[in-house]
Amino acid sequence: MSQTVAMIVNGRPVSVTADDPQMPLLYALRNDLGLTGPHYGCGLAQCGACTVHVEGEAVRSCSLPLAAAAGKRITTLEGLGTPERPHPVQAAFIAEQAVQCGYCTNGMIMEAAAFLAKNPRPTEAQVRQALAGNICRCGTHPRVVAAVLRAATRG
Amino acid sequence: MDGMIERRGFLKAAAAGGGMLVAFALGGAPRGARAWAEKPVATDEVDSFLAIDGEGRVTVYSGKVDLGTGVRTGLAQIAAEELDVPLARVAVVEGDTALTPDQGPTYGSLSIQNGGVQLRQAAATARQALLREAAQRLGVPAEGLRIEEGVVIAPDGRRASYGELVGGKAFRLKLDANAPIKPPEARRIVGRAVPRLDIPDKVFGTFRYVHDFRLPGMLHGRPVRPPALGATALAVDEASVRGIPGVVRVVHQGAFVGVVAETEWAAIRAAGELRVRWSDWAGLPEQARLWEHVRATPVAQRQVTSERGDPAAAIAAAPRKLSATYDFPIHTHGSMGPSCAVAEFRDGRLTVWSASQATHNLRKQLALMLGMPVEQVRCIYMEGSGCYGRNGHEDAAADAALLARAVGRPVRVQWMRADEHGWDPKGPPTLVDLRAGLDAEGRVVGWESEAFIPKGAGGNVDLAAAELAGLPRESQINPGNIIHNLATPYAFPAVRTVCHRLETTPFRPSWIRTPGRMQNTYANEAFLDELAAAAGADPIEYRLRYLPADDRRGREVLERVARLAGWQTRPSPQRERGGEVLRGRGVSYCKYELTRTYVAAVAEVEVNRRTGEIRVTRFLCTHDCGQIINPDGVKAQVEGNVIHTLSRTLKEELTFDRRAVTSLDWASYPVIGFPEVPEIVVELIDRPNERPWGAGEPTAAVVPSAVSNAVFDATGVRLRSVPFTPAKFRAAAAERGA
Ligand code: FES
Ligand code: FES
Repeated sequence: MSQTVAMIVNGRPVSVTADDPQMPLLYALRNDLGLTGPHYGCGLAQCGACTVHVEGEAVRSCSLPLAAAAGKRITTLEGLGTPERPHPVQAAFIAEQAVQCGYCTNGMIMEAAAFLAKNPRPTEAQVRQALAGNICRCGTHPRVVAAVLRAATRG
Repeated sequence: MDGMIERRGFLKAAAAGGGMLVAFALGGAPRGARAWAEKPVATDEVDSFLAIDGEGRVTVYSGKVDLGTGVRTGLAQIAAEELDVPLARVAVVEGDTALTPDQGPTYGSLSIQNGGVQLRQAAATARQALLREAAQRLGVPAEGLRIEEGVVIAPDGRRASYGELVGGKAFRLKLDANAPIKPPEARRIVGRAVPRLDIPDKVFGTFRYVHDFRLPGMLHGRPVRPPALGATALAVDEASVRGIPGVVRVVHQGAFVGVVAETEWAAIRAAGELRVRWSDWAGLPEQARLWEHVRATPVAQRQVTSERGDPAAAIAAAPRKLSATYDFPIHTHGSMGPSCAVAEFRDGRLTVWSASQATHNLRKQLALMLGMPVEQVRCIYMEGSGCYGRNGHEDAAADAALLARAVGRPVRVQWMRADEHGWDPKGPPTLVDLRAGLDAEGRVVGWESEAFIPKGAGGNVDLAAAELAGLPRESQINPGNIIHNLATPYAFPAVRTVCHRLETTPFRPSWIRTPGRMQNTYANEAFLDELAAAAGADPIEYRLRYLPADDRRGREVLERVARLAGWQTRPSPQRERGGEVLRGRGVSYCKYELTRTYVAAVAEVEVNRRTGEIRVTRFLCTHDCGQIINPDGVKAQVEGNVIHTLSRTLKEELTFDRRAVTSLDWASYPVIGFPEVPEIVVELIDRPNERPWGAGEPTAAVVPSAVSNAVFDATGVRLRSVPFTPAKFRAAAAERGA
């Protein structure tokens, strides 16, 4: 049975109608709302590429049914900051050039932003632990850690 | 200037190229099929590489593509430097078979070394032509002119901009090999750590990957792969997915099965729920006996890659003989984003958007598979997830093309994680036997090695869909140029290195970052460490003994890495045996393909000898790739090589049963994570007067051996089988103890 789900995405009320309310939020964001910041990496909650914020928490949108997002406040990478008003983590990723192919970058930034909101002055070991569930195959890890620490001191 | 003449077709093609980037950004589709063949793409013409419009904006057309490495920025730097325009005025169009020259696939660390050098010559030729044209217009000798930000300025201050001089016209010039290149002291853009052009868009979520590309009326497809590699679909029950809203079509041809649906989620559900009766097949070797299988595989060809003296006799007569076998397992590329492509048939022509590293080759493969003239197929590169070699991008393109042809509408295919882990072509298993003899003073008197690796080279990897559907394909295996670096850079008195090129290998092979050069360097550099230990010599000192005295750049990377690491000269293993955790350091060295980029590395490790856990704590590296275009870009590549290859060395191994791959996700194919990544220290050696060499791969070559050598230094236990898991360490330690 198709269902219409209303949410607040990047500050704007939106609604998405899906044939299957069990469809993961990721596909609604990417295909219905045109927000392609979050990526499909595994669909199994193993890699982090699809991460968004749901009520401020980092959540893997590949594994959250659309129905479960009803009425929630969702932020995607596009809504986190803009070139004019970048989130400190975004600015730090640019400063540290912490991107190669960038397919993992959405997950790195969204996970790190949610983490810093709770733990604004982390140690390097805490940053590494916070990102332990995020995979990067290109090997940007040292730059990502440097970027998160930079965002923490300047954020 | 008579080299510059108006040509409508060229303009249109150039406009299509420039406009394409905009169209992508807006999510629309580039059209203008008639422009396909109107722009020159020959590699000896300036217009193939460059266009300058009326505003003085430069478009670079590159057959080499940015696989997430930042090479786009490097190429833009090269063009901006030679043309003397601001970097912001340069746009790069990559890998479009209708617009860009065929500069060969983007592999082998050749994008800057070959692609960049070609572009540099095109830009230098264009600069000369612009100076000549300006001299004529301004009525002054070309020698007195200077160029600032795309404007030619006469001694009296009169000016002529590139837009005025050439805007909207073709150069119509052959590449001039004698066009002068800027000397190092005049360079302002090349050699600088210019920030990458793509990073802001990637950080704000506005970058358009091939995964994000959409066409009007586009449908979503998913392949349904057989549960056994060689199985075929006996019956497909279309009714089993009829209840899923949005399903458009089930496509079935031989072992190729796919579904097409209005929405991506419907396609995913249908692919998961489609009932197919598959034939049985169990033709893979038993994984536990993989190396027996490799040794028993028929040999197609023996290739001697280096030969000097009579090493067999020398080893037989030597007072000390050593032998060892090194193995390196089957790997998946494991790209973060599963492969993706969009295909559209229109007016009898096929256009495919793909993250292929070789769009010009893909075009030919698709034409062959579909029985179409190659001129009717256009492949357009769009960046995907980093690929590290020939992963599944081309196969997804073939899937999309077959499905699009079946439904008559554009189809986007993105593989699922299990498709990627299960069906990308694999880095083949590699086995190397080594033997050496030492004299009474510990000097090497003879060195012999034999590698067992599949036949083939760096050609095309067959499209999975063509194979499954029984459609025309080249039917050859091509694992990459994997014979390189089996010959060593050392001046041993007697040497013979042989590759046994095997008829088959269990999985469709392809290249993954540093194919062959890494596996061969791993075996050589670890075995050489065994010899140094047997000789009671310091591993760096032992290497320097055999490096030719005139190979100064090779000696320098080794000497500098010793300083960088604070290396203490002594033989391995170290003598401290107290405590559960032992520390050690290991060195490795590579001259890439024995002809180019030099790398030396020191790995520092901690080994828990009870659990067998290996932690790499620091990895130091010296790197000489000649002239550096972008030092931060090179450093990022070196870091990426180290981390990716540490992951491969410590953790990665494909698992399979007799039917198919069983490591189908990140839990069953574990990779390195943040807590395990060591501190990485990189020292780049810039040589602005030398030619630029590649940096995308060479560092990977030294990683597994540096770790094996460090573990040996710490514990006296020699690891000869990748991945170096705790279980492998415990087994090797037990064997040594026994
Ligand atoms: S795609 Fe969601 S965690 Fe991998
Ligand atoms: S930058 Fe490519 S996967 Fe992280």
